[in-house]
Amino acid sequence: MAISAVSATTLREAPPPRRQRLLEDERWLAFVLLVPTIALLGMFIAYPFIRGILLSVTNSRVGMPGDFVGLANFYKIFNDGIFRTSVYNTFLYTGVTTVFKLALGLWLAMLLNRNFRGKAFTRAFILLPFIIPTVLSTFAWKWMFDPTFSVLNWLLYHFGLITGRINWLGDPDLAMISIIVVNIWRGVPFFAISLLAGLQTISPELNEAAAIDGAKPWQRFWHITWPLLLPVTMVVVLFSVIQTFADFQIVYVMTGGGPANATHLFATYAYQIGIGTGLLSEGAAISLAMFPVLFLVVIIQLLYIRRVEVR
Amino acid sequence: MTTVTRRNVLKGGAAVVGGMAGILATGRAPAYAQATTVHWLRWTDFVPASDQLLRNEIAKEGEKALGIKLNIETINANDIQARVTSAIQSGSGPDVVCVLNNWGQLYGESVADVSDLAEALGKSQGGFYETSRAVANDGKKWIAVPWCIVGLQIAYRKSWFAEIGYTDGKFPQTWEEYREAGKKLKAKGRPIGQTLGHTFGDAPAFAYPYLWSWGGKEVEADGKTVVLNSPATVESVKFMVAFWKDAHDEGGLAWDDSNNNRAFLSGTCSATLNGASIYIEALRKPDTYKTEAGGQLKDDILHAALPKGPGGQFSYHVPFSNLLMGYSKNQDAAKKFLGWIHSKDVYDKWFVSQKGFSVGPTTDWEKHKLWGDDPIMLPYKQAARTGRFAGYQGPSTRKAAEVVTKYIIIDMYAKAVQGMPAEDAVKWAEAELKKVYV
Repeated sequence: MAISAVSATTLREAPPPRRQRLLEDERWLAFVLLVPTIALLGMFIAYPFIRGILLSVTNSRVGMPGDFVGLANFYKIFNDGIFRTSVYNTFLYTGVTTVFKLALGLWLAMLLNRNFRGKAFTRAFILLPFIIPTVLSTFAWKWMFDPTFSVLNWLLYHFGLITGRINWLGDPDLAMISIIVVNIWRGVPFFAISLLAGLQTISPELNEAAAIDGAKPWQRFWHITWPLLLPVTMVVVLFSVIQTFADFQIVYVMTGGGPANATHLFATYAYQIGIGTGLLSEGAAISLAMFPVLFLVVIIQLLYIRRVEVR
Repeated sequence: MTTVTRRNVLKGGAAVVGGMAGILATGRAPAYAQATTVHWLRWTDFVPASDQLLRNEIAKEGEKALGIKLNIETINANDIQARVTSAIQSGSGPDVVCVLNNWGQLYGESVADVSDLAEALGKSQGGFYETSRAVANDGKKWIAVPWCIVGLQIAYRKSWFAEIGYTDGKFPQTWEEYREAGKKLKAKGRPIGQTLGHTFGDAPAFAYPYLWSWGGKEVEADGKTVVLNSPATVESVKFMVAFWKDAHDEGGLAWDDSNNNRAFLSGTCSATLNGASIYIEALRKPDTYKTEAGGQLKDDILHAALPKGPGGQFSYHVPFSNLLMGYSKNQDAAKKFLGWIHSKDVYDKWFVSQKGFSVGPTTDWEKHKLWGDDPIMLPYKQAARTGRFAGYQGPSTRKAAEVVTKYIIIDMYAKAVQGMPAEDAVKWAEAELKKVYV
């Protein structure tokens, strides 16, 4: 009792220093702890983003700061046939690859979720396309699709499936198919492993109970596995859409946007104009044209994920 | 044995702190730590011996003669523009950049004026070729020092052309003749190999002179009025469509600047527009590259100029020029280095290592004894005299450089080959040119 009284007196008489008081304030402490993150986000996300916006409303060229021109660059690119082709290509590329990556990834995840000998090795092996640096693996694919020395053509010819050469990267449609194939090959492991992680969180008892009740495999997948896997699937699809929409390396290495601009995506066209030709503001405008689409995709998907989680 | 005392350590520490303060105040390293280094960015040469010579001999000689350490960096030519752009924007990077084509015109505001150096070089070595001047001079001053011109000629298989009637080293003189020859060769599985892809060298070097030879051109002499959409251009596109189908390897739409080398050396194509790198490679490895009869391929290669069209006979050779970057803190040293490396004795070593793949930027190099060494290389000797440059009939300005880097002329032909009606392909290209030449 006496000790408590002394302590209370001491506390009243000597309040803690101001710094200590601030650190004991939860709101202030939270702010202090967030400062490094805010600084990093500001430096590496907010600053380049704002700089990009500022650049896109000027007529800046390499080495020339330029003057304010309002939305002239956006007007220019929306009247540019190559830009419109790039927009179409980007949607096509993202849409087709995402559907295939999801379907193949889910199928692989279901297979890998079973018990079999060499499961660990197979899972590690599946990840290979995702682990190898993109540029390196794309060069290998470029060689496989080579207009003159294509190993794919050689195989197809020797199996009697073709009589003449297929012009993989010289034909606009085939070139698009080729880059789509490479993107799917590279992206499937990401889907497979992420969905596998999701599958492993689903209690096997649910499936067993459904099986006892007479549910067929397809019914079990549709009514148990798929709804429980949906939140993970949405996150994976979200990441994949963002990455694919802004893809650069595969197209740059395989076709450089050719033949005759037939495979340009947002990123490759922005690079050619902004960095190659030095028209920085136009390049920035092309890059920024991606932003509203991606922003919308992110908002819709996040809202959907929240709804699914609440449910 | 030296004893390290606490006092010595403190003295050393104080010196370091004092030194650091000095460095921070002046923004420069102390004199004893400075070895003036000139960073020279170049393409990875299609003649590897030249890069070795620069690194192993010339850099060392330069250090001895000038007291300048030379840091030579080589990258893929396709990546040079990206490097220059990022270097200019960040204000740091290589002191000197060797660029191709008329790319230097894109960076005119960001480079040092090298008029004194270029004028002196031109005067002392027989005068510049028009191509050298077109890409390195903006009409008021020299924005780059011309380095060399890579001549582009058609490399062709002597024996295969002889089989279709072009004996004694003769070669088709007109586009019609070339198309007929190519038709016969393609029927034998030996098509002409030509890129119409997004490449820095072979594609523009083919598409531009082809256009000019039909009488087509980008702009009038004023460098502003777009006149591409003419009957001559439409004819050239129509002919190209048939020519491509009849005589070419159709994979060429996706070829880069190295595909035709591989195709020719492996006996897959009979003729291709190229620098002399195919022949030089065949010379370098005579036992690797063989003809179907077992002979050495080098003995079955000849060179010829692009054929004539209704508008005449033209060529486009790829010039290289050295930009002295405006942000460089070593401008004096870099200028000293450029003056030294262009001096006859030093440049001669590099020139010889090229074996004729490059001609000098000035006419004096035509007199070099190297041209007497190998008659197969003789067509390259004076090739630079016939060269026009992108932007013709106007000057090769920044806008012309923009057209080159956007591949508009090449894509006009590529689109038609892919099936777009000739008139529409020309209209498309004209519209793109008008956006550039506003």
